Parts: sequence; C-alpha cells; structure tokens
Amino acid sequence: MSGFTSRLLGPRIPSAELDRHRARYLLPTLLLSLARVLLLVSIFLPYWHMELVAPQYPDGLELTAYVNHLGGDVKEIDGLNHYIGMRSLHEAGQLERRASVWIIVAMVLLVEGAAVVHSRWAILLAIPALLFPVIFLIDLQFWMQLFGQGLDPKAPLSSSVKPFTPTILGEGGIGQFKTYAEMGWGLWLAFASSGVTIVGFWFHRRAYKPLFEAARRASSPVEAVAGAS
Amino acid sequence: MHRALSRHPGTSHPVRFTALLAAVVGLTMSGTTLAQDVKKESRRGRQKEVKPVELNASQVAELTKVANERKLTVDDLLAATKTYMPSGRHDDYVLFSSGGQSGQVFAIGVPSMRLLRSIAVFTPESWQGYGFSGQDDPVLERLKINGKLVPWGDTHHPALSETAGEYDGQFLFIGDKANARIGVIDLRDWETKQVVKNPLTVSDHGGAFVTPNTEYIVEGGQYATVLGYGYAPIDDYKKSYRGMVTLWKFDRAKGRIDVDNSFALELPPYWQDLADAGKLASDGFIFLNSFNTEMATGGIEQGKPPFEAGASQRDMDYLHVIDWKRAEQAFKAGKAKKTNGFPVISLETSIADGLLYFVPEPKSPHGVDVTPNGQYMVVAGKLDPHVTVYSIEKLKKAIADKKFSGKDDYGVPVLDFDAVMEAQVELGLGPLHTQFDDKGYAYTSLFLDSAVARWTLGGDYAKKHEEAPWKLVTKTPVQYNIGHLCTAEGDSASPDGKYLISMSKWSVDRFLPTGPLLPQNFQLVDIGAPGTTMPVLFDMPIGVGEPHYCQMIKADKLKTWTTYPEIGWDPHTQALDPRAPRAGKEGVTRDGSQVAVNMTAVRSHFTPEHVVVNEGDHVTWRIVSVESTIDATHGFCIGGYGINLSLEPGEFTEFTFTADKPGTYPYYCTEFCSALHLEMMGYLQVKPKSSTAVTDATK
Repeated sequence: MSGFTSRLLGPRIPSAELDRHRARYLLPTLLLSLARVLLLVSIFLPYWHMELVAPQYPDGLELTAYVNHLGGDVKEIDGLNHYIGMRSLHEAGQLERRASVWIIVAMVLLVEGAAVVHSRWAILLAIPALLFPVIFLIDLQFWMQLFGQGLDPKAPLSSSVKPFTPTILGEGGIGQFKTYAEMGWGLWLAFASSGVTIVGFWFHRRAYKPLFEAARRASSPVEAVAGAS
Repeated sequence: MHRALSRHPGTSHPVRFTALLAAVVGLTMSGTTLAQDVKKESRRGRQKEVKPVELNASQVAELTKVANERKLTVDDLLAATKTYMPSGRHDDYVLFSSGGQSGQVFAIGVPSMRLLRSIAVFTPESWQGYGFSGQDDPVLERLKINGKLVPWGDTHHPALSETAGEYDGQFLFIGDKANARIGVIDLRDWETKQVVKNPLTVSDHGGAFVTPNTEYIVEGGQYATVLGYGYAPIDDYKKSYRGMVTLWKFDRAKGRIDVDNSFALELPPYWQDLADAGKLASDGFIFLNSFNTEMATGGIEQGKPPFEAGASQRDMDYLHVIDWKRAEQAFKAGKAKKTNGFPVISLETSIADGLLYFVPEPKSPHGVDVTPNGQYMVVAGKLDPHVTVYSIEKLKKAIADKKFSGKDDYGVPVLDFDAVMEAQVELGLGPLHTQFDDKGYAYTSLFLDSAVARWTLGGDYAKKHEEAPWKLVTKTPVQYNIGHLCTAEGDSASPDGKYLISMSKWSVDRFLPTGPLLPQNFQLVDIGAPGTTMPVLFDMPIGVGEPHYCQMIKADKLKTWTTYPEIGWDPHTQALDPRAPRAGKEGVTRDGSQVAVNMTAVRSHFTPEHVVVNEGDHVTWRIVSVESTIDATHGFCIGGYGINLSLEPGEFTEFTFTADKPGTYPYYCTEFCSALHLEMMGYLQVKPKSSTAVTDATK
C-alpha cells in the first residue's frame, strides 16, 4: 500500500534540488493556489446575469445567478412569469444551489490534494474543478429549457406566448421583453481558475517529470530483479 | 517579485497574491460595472447626453414656418423653450400649492407647470382612497369637528418644514381657513398624516407658517369669536370676542403635531391676517398682521356701516410682534390657562411678560414677509400703494428703549412707527404679498394693478443690485388680479430667484371658456435676468379650486419613496403593521358575527376571491399589496358599500363595515394595473338572514 501511495504521490524533491531550483517547484504550487483562490472568490460573485428590457420597465429588470442563490428582481420576474405559466425561478436548481458551496470547497480541496501529488495523475483530482464552469452553464441551460418548455397551458397568456427556450448567453426575447444574458464575473473567475489550473499542471509536469524519470531510472533495475525473482 | 518569492517562499507570497488578486478582482469588477452602464444606456435607447443645438438653415425655416402658422412671436418661442420638458425629463422645482376649497394640495413641476398630483387633506378624495374605507375610516374620524363630519376645507397657506430657515423637504403643513385646522403631510409618501383642529377658533388665516427649525407651526386666527366655541351677543364684541395665535409644537421624529405641548396666545379681537416667522436676525419673533382694529361689527341690514367700510376707517392697523421664545417659557412656566381644554396665554400675561407688541402699519394690510436675512419685515399695504419695511434692529431697540407711542384698548404697548420703520416703497395699487430672490430684489403682487412689482431691497442687499435701494424697478402685468406670488425658495433664508409664480385669481380670457366657473391662472414668470426684463412664460389653468399660497422647493431636496419600504406598511403610522396579511396566510375567519378577511393583492388577483358573510356580520377587512415594483398600484372597491382604496406597492389598509345589505357584490381593482386588470376581482356574498347561515366562511 505504501508502495502504491508513494507511486501515486511520486518522488519527493531532494532538498539540495529544492534549494537549487526553488522557483521551478514553487511556480506550479503558486499557480494551483491561485486557481483555488479564484474558484473560492467566485462563490461571492454573480455567475450569470440576465437583463430584461420592456417599454414599461425603462430601468430594466435584472436577474442574477450566484452559485447558491438568485438575486435581482426575482419577485417581479416571477410575477410576470405567472402570466405565461412559468414556474417560480426559486424552484429551479434547488439542489444545485444548496450543494454548490460545499461542492466548490470539495473541489478546491481536491486541487489542494493534487498539489502534493507529483505524479501525472495529479490532474485527475483537478478535473471536477476544471469542468465546473462548463457544468454550470449546462445546468443553467437545462433548467431554462425545462422551465421555458414546461409552461402551464392554462396560463392567461398561453395563447400568445408559446413554450420557448430562453437564451442563456446573448440576446433573446420573450413577449414584449428583450433579454440580454451574459456570464458574470464569478463564472469568468471559474473559467480563469480552470485555465490557471491547466497552466499550473503544465509547469507541475515540467518540474516533476525529470524527478519522476530520475527516480524510475534509479529504481527500475532493482524492481526488475525483484520482479524476476 | 521573483527574488522575493524565492527568498521567502513560505510567508510573503500568499499575502502578495491575495493583494494582487484583490486588485485584479477589484479592477475587473469596476470594469464590469462601467461596461454594464454603457451597455444598459444603449440597450434602453435612452440618451443622457444631449448634443448642443445648432440649427441649420432648413431647421430655421421649419421653425419659422411653424411659428408663423401658429402665430407665435420670437418671445413666445423663447418662452416655450424655457418651459418645455421633453418626455422623461424631470422638473427642477416642485411647487406645493394650496388647493383652496378643494381641501387639497397640488404639486406642480416648475418650469414645465405640469400638475404632478393632488394630495387630499381636508376633503375625502376617491382616487387616493382618502376617506373611502368604511364606517371607521380614520380619515373621516380626523375630519370631525365637535363630533360632526366636516368633509371639506379651504386650504390657504402651505408651509414646508424648515431647518435653519431652509426648506428641508421633509414635511408640508397646510391650513384650512374655513375650519381652523392644520394638516400635516409627510413628503416621503406625499400623504396626509394628521389633521389638528384648533379648539379655540372656528376659522383662521395666518396658518401655516413655521419657525426656522419647525419648532412650531404658527396658526394665526382671523375672524374674532368667543374663544373655545363660546357665544356672546355681537354687542359684547369688545368685551367677549378675541383673536388668537396658536403655536403648534411639531415632533419631527414622530412626524406629528404634539398637541399636548402646543399653546396659544390670546389677542385683541382685531382680525389677524397673515403671519411669518422671523429668522436669523429676527429669529424668535412671529409677525402677524391685522385689520379691523376698528373692531367694527357690521350690520348692513340694520343700516350700520358694513364690515368693508367699518373695518377700513383708521389709517393704521397693528402689526403684531410676538416673542415666541419668551411665550414658550411662559407656557412652560404654567402661565397659560385652559380654554376649551387648550392652554391660552392671556393678554395680561403677554403684556406683563413682554410677549406682545404692536407696531402701526398702514391700514388693512395683507402679507407680512421677512427678508431672507431676517433683517426686515415687509408689510404690503393692500389699501395703501406702499410696502412698508420695518427693521428688526430698530424694533428690538425700540422695545429695549420702550419707545412707545401709546397703548391699544387692551393695554398692549404700541411701538413708535417712525422708530421702527426703515422704508416705504410706492409700488402701485393693491400690494398684497412679497417674496425675494438671490439678487437683492423683492417681488410684490399688486392685486388692483394686476401686476408683479420688482423692487430693490436696501441695507446689506443694496450691493447685490445696480439700482438704488428701496425703489421700484419694474412691473410685469399678469392676467389677472394676482393674489399670492411665490419665487423659488423665495421665503427661505436663501432664495434661488429664477422663477416666480403669479397666482392670478381671474383668468377671464386666458383659456377656452369653461362655463361660468373659470379656472384660476398660475403664471410662470422668468425673473432670471436683473433689471426691467421679467416676462411671463406660461399660463397654467387650475380648474380644481381657488389656490391661495404656494411654495417652490428644489426638487432634489425631496426624498420621496416610490414604493413603501416594506410589504405590509401602514401609511397612517408610517410603520410595518403586524396585522398585515402575509402571502400564503390569506383567508376568512369568523368569531360569532365578527368576520375577519385577510387579503393580499398582486397582479392580477386578490386572494381570496370569494368572501361569504351573513347579513348583519361586522366585517374587518385587511388588505395588503404585496407588490414592490414602482407604480404597480392597485385599487380596491366594493360597489354599494362605499369602499374604495388605493393600494400602493407594499401598502396595508384595514377597513370595517357592517354587511347590512344582502346580495352579491363584485369587488375589483380600480387602478388599471396589468393586462389582466379586469380579471382582478372577486365576489363578496352577503347571505340573507333567511338563508342558511355561513359557519365556515372560508370557501
């Protein structure tokens, strides 16, 4: 088991090597730390905005999605949505919103773990965090489609507003409203976190691959003998 | 950075990273906000920036053609340009005007002269749901006088609350001449919160005026009576009839008049007229005009001189000078005696304590107006072609030196006219009211000349204008018979100038005829340029009542709510009401014959939509608008039961009625709220006694 663990974690850095090339090993650590911080900060920032503009709303209505709650004119938008038979926005993604902060913390811990793994498999631990922003958008699309397509046929305006799929990025429209949806800074940070993670792992691999290969070279004859016997 | 990192890998870099990150996040976020603002503007197609006008030849030709087709002069074009407000543009000033016999206050935008809304005060008004919430309506309760509903008022003089002599935009007070009442309007929601009835007198005139920090709201009387609704034969006029001035204590935190800490001063039975409070140099004084110091009692039908002649015999009447700070001390020292339950400082006490002095003023004057620096009091002659200007410095000195020319019949010391008079300026016929600007000019309405006079102030003001002090500069004719006038913040410590409103009483030929009852004419006069240029820019017909006085406040001083702060707000208490029904908790409950309806209103339904009661049930109906969007106002009426409410976003209202007439009553939303407004209704069903009684009212 300890053999597996050490193989998984990869070789440790000899202290002489660390003193000589401190920056080389520090860089991936710092980049992965940055990626973690970006992801954590994104919790506090809006992931997605939609602005709805209509003649009688000259200041527009705002809908803002955070990972764990909805902000903006939700009450008014819900009030209007009832005319077309759309369910209350609060019913969408309840599980996601409840779990998201814990999921992000878990993903950050996994990336944290990845930083101490020096093998090439380290990146596997970071995959959830890497994909998180994409998953967020897919989930958003899922709910929007579900709500937009699942309009109550008995709603007052069902004859003039047919089921539709709201546009989650860019310009759309529904009834007399024009909608403008765009990524929020939280989502940008999450994407940035993914990018920094990838770059971090590139440097990670560049730093540790030589060690790994050196270790393999050093240990392979012994292992070969052991395997033969 | 690289070196620092390699030297202190464990300690310094996380901090730096955090700082860097914070900076990056901060920058990007501020960038987003900016970017979003720009985007929003373009999306909405709203133009904030207006390009400077440069007319090309074809536009000049077009403009000239339109002007000539409409028979407009170049001055007309300029006037239109000075007053026209493009859609969506807000006015610079708000004019709060009395609504005369309508019992209301009007709010009007200046310079566009667009009526923004009326505010019901002394008269029930159905759009605002003011006085239409059933038998226990708190509005109707507050409009009762001696137990009798008096559902109208003759609003005369609005007074904006002041701080250090400047309008603070928090409250508006308005007097009801017919019934001696003062209304208190909260300018957060522009609704009347309180009406106090003067227990001493039947009618008033010198109200409302405020002291410089709104410590007191002044209400001067007018027609002398036996104070406290007493009776005495007219032959006992001198002995039993009295005038009065009441100082209503204002509790700013509560936004209400504190009746228990208010008091009055007994005055001789002269007819007190307009009032103004001193400020700065004259802080601590109230000035109150009077006429009929002759104490004429009329009786034209008995061959006696009518009031109009009898009250105009003497050359001089008395400007009342009241030291309100000393009067307050006397009141607090317990020197006031109660009349009809209200504390009144007697004339004897006023004389003994030096609270009251008289100053001779040319006969039967009208307005008394204190200059912005508080140094002068301007009394307009009405029957005398002059305004008479008194100096507060001279007045204080005359009091200190006891320079009296005598006493009146009641022993009140009369100060020597020449000792306190500063100047008399001949303006023309029928001077009534004076206001001021920022250039050292005063403006006086001339009723008979039907003109506004601009004249120069002296003293510290002399250096502000080029003309000689205390001189008439120019007169602008107005159409017609001007009463009050008002300049921008013109009775505060720092008037703005710019605009003047002529409250012309007769419109005669100014508008299309509207039957024998013609509208009043509010005229906007441009007083921006010094000297003799002072054109009328705009006529606004007022076809709702005969306004008297108005005040013009800079619009940005008003901190108006556009929705109530919380859902379940009671405008009467200006607080969240715990009784307000909550969404999801609506219903009808019954306790014997007492039925409680808890209802919510939202676009486009009331909940519940069925209310079934028995004939004879006493119904308490609580309704709350759970809207929080600007202008999403609902109404609520029950036809046949006299109920109509205005339910502004967040507002809670409770009303009660006895379901004494069986039948089926649709209730509906009376304010067009949404595409499904007509569907926003429900049925109140009152079951006749003969049919099976409802035990479970919830359906």
